[in-house]
Amino acid sequence: MGKLRICDGTRWEGLVCDLISKEICCPYLAVKITPAIPVVGGILFFFVMGTLLRTSFSDPGVLPRATPDEAADLERQIGNPEDIANGTSSGGYRPPPRTKEVIINGQTVKLKYCFTCKIFRPPRASHCSLCDNCVERFDHHCPWVGNCVGKRNYRFFYMFILSLSFLTVFIFAFVITHVILRSQQAGFLNALKDSPASVLEAVVCFFSVWSIVGLSGFHTYLISSNQTTNEDIKGSWSNKRGKENYNPYSYGNIFTNCCVALCGPISPSLIDRRGYIQPDTPQPAAPSNGMAAYGATQSQSDMCDQDQCIQSTKFVLQAAATPLLQSEPSLTSDELHLPGKPGLGTPCASLTLGPPTPPSSMPNLAAEAALTDILPLKDEHVGHQFLTPDEAPSPPTMLAGSPLAHSRTMHVLGLASQDSLHEDSVRGLVKLSSV
Amino acid sequence: MATEVHNLQELRRSASLATKVFIQRDYSDGTICQFQTKFPPELDSRIERQLFEETVKTLNSFYAEAEKIGGSSYLEGCLACATAYFIFLCMETHYEKVLKKISRYIQEQNEKVFAPRGLLLTDPVERGMRVVSFLAVPFEVDPDSEPPSQRLPEPRCEPRPTLHCPCI
Repeated sequence: MGKLRICDGTRWEGLVCDLISKEICCPYLAVKITPAIPVVGGILFFFVMGTLLRTSFSDPGVLPRATPDEAADLERQIGNPEDIANGTSSGGYRPPPRTKEVIINGQTVKLKYCFTCKIFRPPRASHCSLCDNCVERFDHHCPWVGNCVGKRNYRFFYMFILSLSFLTVFIFAFVITHVILRSQQAGFLNALKDSPASVLEAVVCFFSVWSIVGLSGFHTYLISSNQTTNEDIKGSWSNKRGKENYNPYSYGNIFTNCCVALCGPISPSLIDRRGYIQPDTPQPAAPSNGMAAYGATQSQSDMCDQDQCIQSTKFVLQAAATPLLQSEPSLTSDELHLPGKPGLGTPCASLTLGPPTPPSSMPNLAAEAALTDILPLKDEHVGHQFLTPDEAPSPPTMLAGSPLAHSRTMHVLGLASQDSLHEDSVRGLVKLSSV
Repeated sequence: MATEVHNLQELRRSASLATKVFIQRDYSDGTICQFQTKFPPELDSRIERQLFEETVKTLNSFYAEAEKIGGSSYLEGCLACATAYFIFLCMETHYEKVLKKISRYIQEQNEKVFAPRGLLLTDPVERGMRVVSFLAVPFEVDPDSEPPSQRLPEPRCEPRPTLHCPCI
């Protein structure tokens, strides 16, 4: 089953600022103007934290993997015409990508077959290589929140960034007020000397306001047009693709689109996050080099947790040395994963990859969050070419020199290690080698 | 280890006797949950076309009701937001209520309609809403003539806390 990383990445600028302002400005402002200021600030802060935790820890709409029977049934339905054409059986090698076309509201939509999850992805779903799951109505994988943003948690994400924009504007305004009031009393330079932290706060807030308010504005646009970040970046429904191209999912007016996105029904989670991972049925024609080890049950999942903790230490070392952008070799995960399990076992906390850098402008930010999942936009087996021009209509400069093109090597590595006890450490090594 | 393998062999034996027929999702109306009403050829000898279509159409209507957007769903959403989603500790969402209705309907259909024909319908929610699957058990000519509902194979897998049981 895919990995669920529970990370503590947060929007530290706005939140640290808030804490600083509580210490420095609030006593002064509470006395000078009104005590309602720290109260409102506190309420906003708790709301922001609440929505952040909700976004981070809720299931974004993960699609559980197909059971072996379903997968076999689909393979049979799709594979047969190919067999007849080739005159050979398709056992062993990876067949070409499969797509199904469906007409939704007059628009032709291609449904892709996910090799990892062994399903035809529903429309608007995408496979996140970081979480290693297909997610319904996939928006993007947010490294700040440490989770995918999808159908079930989009509204929490939107409320998080909206409330955070209010919080940063609030703090910025009152830091400036604080400095002005103090300079009225004692002069500007003295005011800065009395509260040096205000300067730092003002600077940080200034940049935060631009990035976060920009991001909120962008997502407000997406909600009102009923698009996902994924679709917007790929330009799926833009007029540039053709005059007849329109968004088949839009309800026609902005109000309905907003209501549906924010107040619509929430479907229950399809995965069992508290279940224990059980090993799959061992294959009858298992090779002798260790596949029989799948017979052991609990000891493996215990060892798995230990290995995951070792893995997270490796991630820490790796995070210190690598850029923010990471690529997940879905080919190896295909080989190494125990397929078909909805239970996720005990999640092990691991850090976000790379240090959080405050982005300077909105487009960069939106692209940054989406960069980590440009990969799942492509078919998994075509992993060795990073981006084609039509996949990224607005390529940010951060893409230059990004790691990839090692998918073949990683595939070989994956095949080499068949012992499930070492699968996580291999994955870690593979990640290190891909940098 | 030995008992595990033994259980799995039994599973395979009973599963190999039964055919599984999967009805996939129908995405022609967008992302709403709908299943294809096309009659699968494997069920040709087992069940009448009309009965099958009626069942699938009823399921589709239930899911449409669950995902319906309108005044009541907006109200529920706004109320939930206002209470910081704590209200869901006390009450269940409209969607969950409809899912319970669906599982009751499926159980009823299994008892009345499908079991006499040697079929077992699984709840799509157990399959991640991907498919509706029919398990078609071959009829045994049993001189003891047990009632049809007891001819279905007992699940022999170990109880699993996870969603799917490989025996169905």
